[in-house]
Amino acid sequence: MVRNTNRHFKFDWITIILFLLLAGFGWINIISASHIGEEINYFDFSQPYGKQLIFIFLTFALIVLLLAIDAKFYERFSSVIYIISMLSLMGLFVFGKNVNGATSWYGIGGMTIQPSEFAKTATALAVAKYVSDLNTNIKTFKDQIQVFIIIIIPAVLVLLQNDTGSTIVYGAFFFVLYREGLPKFYLNIGISLIILSILSLKFGGLITTFISGILIFGYYFFNRRKSNLLVFILAFLLSAGVSFGIKFFYNSVLQPHQKDRISLWLRLEKDPEKLERMKKTFAYNLNESEKAIGSGGFTGRGFMEGTRTTGKFVPEQHTDYIFSTVGEEWGFLGSSLVVIVFVLLLLRILHLAELQKSQFSRVYGYSVAAIIFVHFFINIGMVMGLIPTIGIPLPLFSYGGSGLWAFTILIFIFIKLDSNRINEW
Amino acid sequence: MRQFLLYIVIVLAGLLFISRLFYLQIYNPNSNNLFEDNAIRKVYDYPKRGFVFDRNGELLVSNQPSYDVMVIPREVKPLDTLEFCSLLKIDKERFKEKYKEAYNYSPRLPYVFIPQLSKADYAVLQEKMRKFEGFYIQKRSLRHYQTSIGANVLGSISEVRNRDMENDPYYKSGDLIGREGVEASYEEILRGVKGIKFIQKDRFNRNIGPYKDGIYDTIPVQGKDITITIDAELQAYGELLMRNKRGGIVALEPSSGEILAMIAAPSFDPNLLVGRERSKNFTKLFRDSIAKPLFNRSLQGVYEPGSPFKLMNALIALQEGVMTPNEIVTCNGGYHYGGRVMGCHCAYGTRNNMVGGIMHSCNAYFATAYRKILDKNGNASEGIDKWSSHAKSFGLGNFLGYDLQIGQKGRIPDRDYYKYVYPNTFYSTYTISNAIGQGEVATTPIQLANMIAAIANRGYFYTPHIIKKIEGQDIPEKYTTPKHTTIDKENFEPVIEGMLQVYKQGTASALQVPDIEICGKTGTVENFTTIDSTRTQLTDHSIFVAFAPKDNPKIALAVFVENGYWGSRFAGRVASLLIEKHLKGEITRTDLEDWLLRHTLEHEYEKPYSGEPFGINRNTTLEQVSPEEYKELKEELAKLNNQNING
Repeated sequence: MVRNTNRHFKFDWITIILFLLLAGFGWINIISASHIGEEINYFDFSQPYGKQLIFIFLTFALIVLLLAIDAKFYERFSSVIYIISMLSLMGLFVFGKNVNGATSWYGIGGMTIQPSEFAKTATALAVAKYVSDLNTNIKTFKDQIQVFIIIIIPAVLVLLQNDTGSTIVYGAFFFVLYREGLPKFYLNIGISLIILSILSLKFGGLITTFISGILIFGYYFFNRRKSNLLVFILAFLLSAGVSFGIKFFYNSVLQPHQKDRISLWLRLEKDPEKLERMKKTFAYNLNESEKAIGSGGFTGRGFMEGTRTTGKFVPEQHTDYIFSTVGEEWGFLGSSLVVIVFVLLLLRILHLAELQKSQFSRVYGYSVAAIIFVHFFINIGMVMGLIPTIGIPLPLFSYGGSGLWAFTILIFIFIKLDSNRINEW
Repeated sequence: MRQFLLYIVIVLAGLLFISRLFYLQIYNPNSNNLFEDNAIRKVYDYPKRGFVFDRNGELLVSNQPSYDVMVIPREVKPLDTLEFCSLLKIDKERFKEKYKEAYNYSPRLPYVFIPQLSKADYAVLQEKMRKFEGFYIQKRSLRHYQTSIGANVLGSISEVRNRDMENDPYYKSGDLIGREGVEASYEEILRGVKGIKFIQKDRFNRNIGPYKDGIYDTIPVQGKDITITIDAELQAYGELLMRNKRGGIVALEPSSGEILAMIAAPSFDPNLLVGRERSKNFTKLFRDSIAKPLFNRSLQGVYEPGSPFKLMNALIALQEGVMTPNEIVTCNGGYHYGGRVMGCHCAYGTRNNMVGGIMHSCNAYFATAYRKILDKNGNASEGIDKWSSHAKSFGLGNFLGYDLQIGQKGRIPDRDYYKYVYPNTFYSTYTISNAIGQGEVATTPIQLANMIAAIANRGYFYTPHIIKKIEGQDIPEKYTTPKHTTIDKENFEPVIEGMLQVYKQGTASALQVPDIEICGKTGTVENFTTIDSTRTQLTDHSIFVAFAPKDNPKIALAVFVENGYWGSRFAGRVASLLIEKHLKGEITRTDLEDWLLRHTLEHEYEKPYSGEPFGINRNTTLEQVSPEEYKELKEELAKLNNQNING
């Protein structure tokens, strides 16, 4: 592939254009979701849409800065960045500001900053650095443990701050490690765990154990000569343990609101009174957001014409539920387009990552794609009622300076790394 | 393989989302309908409901405003309850109670605090209203009946039920809809079309301005006034004459099919079904299962027509050519067939031609005629089909198609009707009772009145109707096109001559009205009820049909008075008086009028419920109303006459 060597065009413009499309369209929807009354002053900085406009302008400065810094800087200083980031997370326990039950913000003047947004980038850099080290072999257990520790530290810190959504995002690194050679064993364990948990919550431990027993010993029966029976018995015991243990985890470890969300998602709750109460509390968001999306129809109601959006029926619509505005005002056409643009952006980043000559850049690029994907999947899945309610923002779309900047940094570090590919022979 | 996992997961997630979007937005959209959008408040602007006038332009039904005091508990600020209570004429306890009710209903939504203030209270309250934040006055429109007559004609309005809203999405909870009478028939014309304002609300149910600057809002279309064919004067007079009696009367104008009067007795004051008292009064009327005031006997009462139906048999006999007007039938006090006798009033050896047969209501004459019709071709089954189709051409045996929503088909039997009763052989004698309008023949008062109108017109009728004029609109064509019967014009004359003689020298000779040539026919109909599962005969119904004048008729009517014994006794008197009233505008036969006001049939109606043995017909007594009630009725009559003079 012949690449333009002109300085200004060596950046991957496709990614940049997709990035701008999403941020711009996101802002349009924030206007709809947050404006009050008929008059709109785009520069009214007391309103979310006004603030977001400043954030977007500041983003351009940030981009210039990010692209100006030498590509090697990010690799060399990744450990430092990681440590500073972890310290900033720990600092929250002392200086943090509590918003909606999560202690995830620093308040500086009138502004708030959410360090957990930036910690994802720092962790991505650290993972990339560690995995690409010549001494690291991800296939060895020792190195696996070490890379897990790098990932688990921020995950636990945000969990302690009651930000469950951000914790789950660290699961994205599984895709990265798997790509880099993490044994298949982990994939199987991960998928089995998810399936076993859902099945036993929905149908009970006994039935799940029974089914997994049939599958495991059935598999053994047809592969008798090659296999060791002991391994299969162990696998069966483990799966039985998980099937019965998940109930304990669900009842004793999860907080009541998390239990409710899962029970609503799996339709476990049969008590009509309780269901009615759910409908008035957290399920209200989901219900209103599904209705808002549904009322969009094929072409949508048009910009600022959505009745549910205008009437502020969906709480948090300009942050986590921004996609319901897209659904109502831009309809099937608009929302599918957003989904497609996201998918294109992710595929483009993945494609670029695979082209990287340096392992650091490749691992980092993979991390970028995986992190954005998990956000995208959980957020839109939640707004459309496909997965349990988990509060995380839609990248580039949701209102909020920290989120926008964090994703900008995440993406543009990679664009910078990518632009440097040719120099890395 | 490893590097493809995330690619595949991403693409699958994208496809999953697009299919979910397809499901939510296209396959299963929760409707793009503004009406079903709970984010839009619909505020209705109700137009004035159209007025109803009688044929002479007299206003019968108009509207009256009614004022409800509404409250939105959340918006209530501390107020001078003492002053407020005294303005509303309630005590403090009641105030607290109502406020609690409203709060329990919803702190945010309007609730009716005090319904339907009088105009005077409203006037006082209105000035002070702004002192009481959270309270406001909502205007509603109720019907205002200018008269106390015609409840069965005018109908009433009430709040829509769920079924109304399902049938027609125009109606929303709390709307009013016409229930009976012209209110129901001309609902869409009277009500107009309400205007709608769409208001965007937020999730706290607060208004935040017009939706899309009001481009979908509509302004109300006023309801149209209508004029009905009823002559209020005649209607009022008829209702007065029918006091203390039960039955139904329909008077038509033969030349147009217009319903001049439609009386169902007992009746009630239409004002009973207005506003706050409606449901209480309606329940009371509805529960009266003995007098059944809500049962519109003029349209729904199915009676055997009795002797008036002999006119039909005479017409069919002439049309089929089985009898001539001058053919003589000798009556020996009854008609003998197959070892049985159908009795008759005629003296032994009376010789009747057609006029005589009608005049004396000779059973033998019409039994002969009926058998001749059925046996014309030697096949009684074919004969009864022919007979049936002639009778049906007068609008009998089926819904007439008039513009009121209730009715009965009545019954004119034919071959199919009898096929299960007499599966093998069928002879004309089997159904001989049909000859004298009893047995299987049944009609409603309006059907019989229409039959008389067709006779008066000598062969055609207009579908009876109640609508005379709609503001800026023609009445439906079906009411202005004549319907022809299967009887030729010339065959009517002998029958009409017979009807004339009924008055001149026959069964109604005592009821003659000076200067008017009335053609009539009496009827006396046996009837039965079931007491303790025993079929028990009651005093005969008194029936009378008539039209007048003989040439160029102006009125045709049918009068049914339940248990009035014989035709000219009650029904005949009522018919003569109504004819005189309509044609002359005043009454010369005040003796008849006085007799009707003075006498009551209530004792007859009590008999089946008394639990004691009772006598009927010959053993019945004629009873008078109490002197006080008689005085009241006389006063009402005087008032009615005064109104007419002034009006």
